Amino acid sequence: MGTLQLEVVTPDKTVVSSETEMVVCPGVEGEFGVLPQHVSLLSALKIGALRYRVGGKDEYLFISGGFADVNNNIMTVLAESAERAADIDTARAQAAKERAEKRLTAHDEAVDMARAEASLTRAVSRLHVAALR
Amino acid sequence: MPSLKDVKMKIVGVGKTKQITKAMNMVASAKLRGAQARIERFRPYATKYRQVLADLARKVEGNAHPLLAEHEEKKNCAVVMVTSDRGLCGSFNGNIITQALKLAKEKTDAGMSVSFACVGRKGRDAARKAGYNMLTCYADRMGSIDFALAGSVADEVINGYETLAFDEVWLVYGEFVSMGHQPPRSLCLLPLKALEDVDGDGGAADAPREGNGPHCEYVYEPKEEKLLAELLPRYVRVQVYRGLLDTSASEHAARMAAMDNATRNCNELINSLTLLYNKTRQAAITSELIDIVGGAEALNG
Repeated sequence: MGTLQLEVVTPDKTVVSSETEMVVCPGVEGEFGVLPQHVSLLSALKIGALRYRVGGKDEYLFISGGFADVNNNIMTVLAESAERAADIDTARAQAAKERAEKRLTAHDEAVDMARAEASLTRAVSRLHVAALR
Repeated sequence: MPSLKDVKMKIVGVGKTKQITKAMNMVASAKLRGAQARIERFRPYATKYRQVLADLARKVEGNAHPLLAEHEEKKNCAVVMVTSDRGLCGSFNGNIITQALKLAKEKTDAGMSVSFACVGRKGRDAARKAGYNMLTCYADRMGSIDFALAGSVADEVINGYETLAFDEVWLVYGEFVSMGHQPPRSLCLLPLKALEDVDGDGGAADAPREGNGPHCEYVYEPKEEKLLAELLPRYVRVQVYRGLLDTSASEHAARMAAMDNATRNCNELINSLTLLYNKTRQAAITSELIDIVGGAEALNG
């Protein structure tokens, strides 16, 4: 059935570049899977876990602020940050989660709710991905 | 003629200066390597981003998004100026500042009021001194630039543009062309103009795309307009980040060149001072000899 070339690129480096059998992405309108020979697609992605299968084994990535482009059997994921499950700093994510929760419960006028919520989502899904390794 | 001791002291002093400039040169070259590597790593992202966005923009009607739309009345202009935090890098900062102030003057002459957003201490000081309104400034951050910094600068101007506080936003930075060439560059950040010719390497980046264009009609998720609304603000961030990375690499390259020059000048100075030292020494010996010979003559007399 052939393979799908997956490239995950962030402004600071190329995180993944490999032949995969399947990729599952957290799209803004729901999770979707991409198999080889997929139709050309451009989709924005949510903060969350990206799963891809290499040699029958699942690998997990944390993705935030990105979009995916599928064309000619090449899938490019451009994200503001992407981390392999093994590289996630759980202590930092845990600290970020607590900080965000505190900000959200503080009911302070000065707190930017949207930003606090986004950072909470990021921290929670980082921890979630880290637990999958 | 200066005394022997004075010349000696001067030679020692210049020698010490040389040590410092040489060390700075080496530090700059090490930092440049890091900065250059970052640009290399960033390039695939930026290129891909442009391609995707250009493809998408072609599908969508002209003024589909507020960031693409040009404001009819132009009254306020924001200039994002990226410079280094420290001097001793030749005319690098000066060039950027001159360019930015020239741009600001043009805009002022066109009847717009100009505000500055500065990254880097040198630029901040210059803009403040020139008396422009200061939007934000991030001093002492050039050593630790990251995407988040670019994001916060970009968000500020995007916010301003969308709320009609600004009608034009420009980015002025030092482009890294080569080790010996870092010209200042100004780029219109907002409104986003035709994406195809936004920056110089655009032609090369788009060319391969023509060959292997989409092999079938694209599926967009969510709809084109919504997707564009997601991607455009991020593109501004990408542009700002690019400015930061370029400036940081250029700064180190410029400093390397400047320090190389300084070291060479020190060598020259030491050479000419050594010559002077030897001459002075000889003159002193000669005059002493004359004294002795003169004294002996007088005794014999």
